[in-house]
Amino acid sequence: MGRAWVGSETKDWSLPLRTGVLAGQPSPASDGRGHYVTEADVISTVEETESKGESEEAGDTGDSGEYNVYSTFQSHEPDFDYLKSLEIEEKINKIRWLPQQNASRFLLSTNDKTIKLWKVSERDKRPEGYNLKDEEGRIKDISTITSLQVPVLKPTDLMVEVRPRRVFSNGHTYHVNSISINSDGETYLSADDLRINMWHLGITDRSFNIVDIKPVNMEDLTEVITAAEFHPHHCHLFVYSSSKGTLRLCDMRASALCDKHAKLYEEPEDPGSRSFFSEIISSVSDVKFSHSGRYMLTRDYLTAKVWDLHMDKGPVETYQVHEYLRSKLCSLYENDCIFDKFECVWNSSDSVIMTGAYNSFFRMFDRETGRGVTLEAWRESSKPRAVLRTRRVYTGGKRRRGDVGVDSLDFTKKILHMAWHPAENIIAIAATNNLYIFQDRVNPDALAQ
Amino acid sequence: MAGADGDDSLYPIAVLIDELRNEDVQLRLNSIKKLSTIALALGVERTRTELLPFLTDTIYDEDEVLLALAEQLGNFTMLVGGPEYVHCLLPPLESLATVEETVVRDKAVESLRKISQEHSPVDLEVHFEPLVKRLASGDWFTSRTSACGLFSVCYPRVSSTVKAEIRQHFRTLCSDDTPMVRRAAASKLGEFAKVLELDYVKSDIISLFTALASDEQDSVRLLAVEACVSIATLLPQEDLETLVMPTLRQAAEDKSWRVRYMVADKFSELQKAVGPEITKNDLVPAFQNLLKDCEAEVRAAAANKVKEFCENLPEDNREQIIMTHILPCVKELVSDTNQHVKSALASVIMGLSTILGKDNTIEHLLPLFLAQLKDECPEVRLNIISNLDCVNEVIGIRQLSQSLLPAIVELAEDAKWRVRLAIIEYMPLLAGQLGVEFFDEKLNTLCMAWLIDHVYAIREAATCNLMKLVEKFGADWAQNTIVPKVLGMANDPNYLHRMTTLFCINALSDVCGRDITTKQMLPVVLKMSEDQVANVRFNVAKSLQKIGPVLEKITLQNQVKPVLDKLATDKDMDVKYFAHEALSVLELTYPAHD
Repeated sequence: MGRAWVGSETKDWSLPLRTGVLAGQPSPASDGRGHYVTEADVISTVEETESKGESEEAGDTGDSGEYNVYSTFQSHEPDFDYLKSLEIEEKINKIRWLPQQNASRFLLSTNDKTIKLWKVSERDKRPEGYNLKDEEGRIKDISTITSLQVPVLKPTDLMVEVRPRRVFSNGHTYHVNSISINSDGETYLSADDLRINMWHLGITDRSFNIVDIKPVNMEDLTEVITAAEFHPHHCHLFVYSSSKGTLRLCDMRASALCDKHAKLYEEPEDPGSRSFFSEIISSVSDVKFSHSGRYMLTRDYLTAKVWDLHMDKGPVETYQVHEYLRSKLCSLYENDCIFDKFECVWNSSDSVIMTGAYNSFFRMFDRETGRGVTLEAWRESSKPRAVLRTRRVYTGGKRRRGDVGVDSLDFTKKILHMAWHPAENIIAIAATNNLYIFQDRVNPDALAQ
Repeated sequence: MAGADGDDSLYPIAVLIDELRNEDVQLRLNSIKKLSTIALALGVERTRTELLPFLTDTIYDEDEVLLALAEQLGNFTMLVGGPEYVHCLLPPLESLATVEETVVRDKAVESLRKISQEHSPVDLEVHFEPLVKRLASGDWFTSRTSACGLFSVCYPRVSSTVKAEIRQHFRTLCSDDTPMVRRAAASKLGEFAKVLELDYVKSDIISLFTALASDEQDSVRLLAVEACVSIATLLPQEDLETLVMPTLRQAAEDKSWRVRYMVADKFSELQKAVGPEITKNDLVPAFQNLLKDCEAEVRAAAANKVKEFCENLPEDNREQIIMTHILPCVKELVSDTNQHVKSALASVIMGLSTILGKDNTIEHLLPLFLAQLKDECPEVRLNIISNLDCVNEVIGIRQLSQSLLPAIVELAEDAKWRVRLAIIEYMPLLAGQLGVEFFDEKLNTLCMAWLIDHVYAIREAATCNLMKLVEKFGADWAQNTIVPKVLGMANDPNYLHRMTTLFCINALSDVCGRDITTKQMLPVVLKMSEDQVANVRFNVAKSLQKIGPVLEKITLQNQVKPVLDKLATDKDMDVKYFAHEALSVLELTYPAHD
C-alpha cells in the first residue's frame, strides 16, 4: 500500500458507564468530520459522515491526538412486546447519517424493532434577560418594573443538543438488521429477517412493504434476509443479501412489490468443497455498494467479495480474509463464532476494501494489486502518531518473528464494525468497547519497502 | 402611584415576553400566538430593533412553535411600521425557511409570498430579490428548496434585468445536484411558467420541463407530470403537439410504475389541458394501456378515472369511443387479479350508466354490475351497493334487486365486523331506493338482527340506522314494525340486549314523537329501573334524561321524577350519580316554578 496507518486516537468508552446503564449512544467526534456510534460495553455499530460545511483540519486533531466524545445520548430503552412476550433489547443494530440538510445533523438509529430519527445540533447562543425575575430565577418586585425587556441572545459555550425527531414503530415483526437511506433524500428502507419496508422520512404511521420472503408455512423457510442497501445514485435500485450467500438486486420501477428480483447474483458452488458448514459460512453478513455504484462488496464468514452489477455469474474479485480458519470451523461452530457478522467497507475512491477479523485484526485489500495487509487495533499501537504494525498469522512455511499462530488467536477480540470516511482516509474501527480512529499518513519507510 | 399603575398594564405583556423562553412548550407556543400583543406593546421601533432580531435566532425551538412563528410573521406588516418597513420581517422568515421540517419551511415560504405583495417594487428588488438569491444559492438543500417557491411571486414585479437573473436561478435549481431541490423545482415549474412571458415559456420552461421529465430519478420525473398540466394550459393548441406531447407520451410509457401511476392519477386534468383532438388521438390509447398496465397500482389509479375520463370525452363520438375502446378494458378489470383494482372500478363503474343510457346499460353494464355484486371481495360489493343511485336513475333498481338481496344478506352476515358496519351505513340509502314494501319484506329482519350483534359498534350503528329509517318511513311505520320488536328486547335474559332497548329508545324518541314515546316507550323504561343489573339501571337514568325533553311536564313530574328519586338512593354509586344528573338536567330537583 505504500502508506502506513497512523493511530491518531484511542478512546476508552468506559466513561458513559458511570452514568448507569447507557446503551446505544451515537457519539460524533469533535471535529465534525467523523461521527461514530457506540454502545455502553460493546460497540454495536459505527458510521462516519461527511461534513461539507465545516473546515476544521483533521490533522490538527491528529496532532493533539485526542478526540473527545462529541455527544452522548440514549437512543432506545429496553422494551417489552406484550403480544409476543418478547424482550426488545435497547441494543442498536444500525445507524445511518442522513445527507446534511442544514447546520444540524440527522441520523437514523434502529434496535430490533423501532427506528428513530435524531437531530444533533449545536447551539452557541443563549437568551438572557427576564422581565419578572433575574437571571438566577429570583422573582423581581413588580413595582421595580417600569419598562419591558426583550431577551437578548448572548454567546455561550458550545452546547450539543440531541433531540428525537420521529419514531417509526410497528413496521417489523422480525429483527431489523439494516437501514439504508435512499438517494432521493426522502425515503429509506429497513430490512428484517423476512421483509423489507420502505418509509418516508416524514411519515411515521405507515410504511410500504417492498419485499416479503415469508413462506406461507414457516416450516418451508430456507433462507433469511441478512442485509439490504439502496444504490448510492439510482433511487429505484436496492440490493439485499441472504443467508444462502446470494444477492438480489431489485428495481422498484418494475412494480410496487419487489418480490421478483431484477437480478440474482450467485456464485456456483464447488461440489468438491461442500461440507456441513458450507451454508453457514456462505451466509452474507454485510453488503455495500461502492461509491461509484458499479460494484457491490459482500462479506461472508471467510471471504470478502466484490461483484460487478453487470455480472451475475459470480464475484469479480474474492479476497481470503482468514482462510486458515477453514480447518477450525468445527470449534468455531461450537463457540458460536461462526455466526459472527463481520461488516465490510469501501474507501472513498473504491480502490481499497476493509473488513474485520479476530484477535483485534482487521484486513485491507488493495483492489489493483490484490494484495492484502493485516493490521491490528490495540491500545499500544493507537497512541497518537504511532504507526500501525502489519501482522501476520503463521500458517506454515518459514515462521517470522512476530507471527501469530492460528491456535493462539483470541476469538473474543472480534472486529465486527467499522467505517471509512466518505471523502478522506480516516477509518473508525470498533473493537468491543474501544473505538479506534486511524488516519492515513504518507510514510517514507513504508514507501521504501 | 403613577408608577405602580404603569406596572399593572405592563405585567401581562411582561409575562408573555418571559414565557417566550419558558421551559414548557405550551407556554412558549401561547406567547408566540400572542406575538402581535407583544409587538403592539413594544411599539414598531422596538419590535424592529429588539423583538425581530431575537426571533431570528430562535430557530432551535419545537416545530409547532416555529410553525406558529412562521404564520404570525406573515401578518406582521402593520406591527413593524407598515409596508415601508416590511423588509424587517425577511431575516426571521429567511432563517425559518432553512429549517429541516418541511411544514415549517412551507409556512415560512407562504408568509414570505404573502409579504412580498406588501413590498414596493423598489423594496422588492433591494430587499426581497436578494433574499431569494441567497436562498437559491444556499449551501444546504433546505434553503434551495424554499427558494423554488418564491420566484413566481417576485418575477412579475421586477425589472427585465432582474427577471433574467431570476430565470437563470430557476434554471440552475432545475439541474441541482440533489434530487430534493430538483423535485421542489419540478413542483413549482407550472406555477413559475404561469407568470412568465409566453416566449420564455416556449424557450426556457419547455427545455426545463423536458429535462426534468427525463431526470434519472423517477421521484423527479413523476412531478413533471403535474407541471405538464399547467404548461399545456398555457400553450396555444398548435404548439402542444411539438412541445408537450412527446414528453407526455414518454411519461405514460415510463419504465417506472410510479411515473405511470402519476399519469393515471392526473388523467382527467391532462385530458382537459390538451383538449378533445389530442384526447381522441393520443389519450384514448394511452388510457387503454394504463387500464391494462402490468402494475396493479397503476391499473387501480386508472380504474378510478374511468367515469371522469368518459364524461369528458367529446360528445359527438363519445359513445362510440367508450363502446369500442374503453368498455373492453373495463370488462377485463371486473375480473382483475387484484382486489384494489376491482374495488376502484366498482366505485365508479355505475357512473357509466348515465353516460351510456338505458339500452347500453342493460345490455353491457348490467352483467358487469351483477358480476361485481358477486365478487369475493366485500369491498367491491360494498362499492357497488353504495353507488346504486346512479343506476336507479337510468334503469330503475328492480333490474338489480334479484342479485342485490343475496349480496346484501351476505355482507350483513360477513365475519368481519367492519364489513357489517359498512353495509349498515348504506341501509337508509338502500331503503330509500328500494321502497318500504321491499324493505319490510326482505331487509327488516336484518336490521333487527344487528341489534343483537356481539360487537358493540354494530349494535350502536344498528340503533342509529333505525333512527334514520324512521326519518325516512315515518312514525307510523315505526310504531307498526320496529317499536314492538325493540321493546320486546327489554325482557331479554341478556342484559346487553336489554341495554340495547334503552339505546334504541334514546335514538328513536325524538323521531317517533311525544305520543309513541309517552305511551309505548316510557312505561318500558320506567319498568326497567328495577332491573337487577346496575348498568341497566344507570342507563335508565340516562335514557330518562335523554327522552325527558320529548315528554310533557306533567308526565315528568308524575311518572319520571318518582323513579329518578328512587334511583338517586340506589346502592350503586354510578346509578346514583346518573340519577342525580338526570334530575338536575330535567330540573326536577326542586318543585317546578310554574
